[in-house]
Amino acid sequence: MPLTTIAGRRIHVDDEGFLTTYDEWDSDLAAYLAERIGIQLTDEHWKAITFLRQDYAEHGETATLRRVSTAGGVPTKQLFVLFPKKPAKKMAYIAGLPKPHGCV
Amino acid sequence: MMPDFGGDQAGRKLAIICSKGTLDMAYPGLVLANAALGEGVETHLFFTFWGFDMITKSRMAQLKFTMLGNTATHMPQGLGGLPGMTAVATRQMKKQIAGVGVPDVPDFLDQIVASGGHLWACRMSADMMHLNKEDLFEGVEDIINASDFIEKTEGAQLLFI
Repeated sequence: MPLTTIAGRRIHVDDEGFLTTYDEWDSDLAAYLAERIGIQLTDEHWKAITFLRQDYAEHGETATLRRVSTAGGVPTKQLFVLFPKKPAKKMAYIAGLPKPHGCV
Repeated sequence: MMPDFGGDQAGRKLAIICSKGTLDMAYPGLVLANAALGEGVETHLFFTFWGFDMITKSRMAQLKFTMLGNTATHMPQGLGGLPGMTAVATRQMKKQIAGVGVPDVPDFLDQIVASGGHLWACRMSADMMHLNKEDLFEGVEDIINASDFIEKTEGAQLLFI
């Protein structure tokens, strides 16, 4: 597992750069990761990210867009506004999780 | 090191022609459209012939799956012809689809529209079946002819299902 330095910390990531160690993440790091991909986190972003973190802790896999909207309560349309173009992957990246594996 | 969320998808376009009206053949187009939208790809779906059932309000929630003529079920073909078997097979497939967290056809189309997908209905099919825009799912942008679709999807990768 490659190690990289993000915001002055040593962080484990996969070959694409998604974080691989759940506990190396915190909210400061999230803000930094978001900024790196051009996103300023608001309360609405946090609603999605908090859901993703909790859902991963409970189920062991990253929620798909469908799940964030149906179980997490953030409408799909809104997710595309908050995390433009590639919402599922951007959310996972900011939440310090692997990218989702589900198809839908 | 960070993931590539980048601009290399910018300008990528996908056109999907949905020509089948069975439950099993509705899903490939929907799943691929949804995946493409999630990757930032501009996506257009064109519903034509039997595929028109996918966007016809009175039918879209009632698409069916039959074992008849489908050897991939690995069941005796005669069984598929028994009364009520299509209903049983349809119910079973719907259960399996819901079981993996995938929405039914109307919900799936809602999700595709919410993700920025474009739905187009085929003019010839509408005329043949005497249907107009009021008969179709609200997310359908318009009834257009084949040339319009070809124009709208200039430069797109194309899938015929």
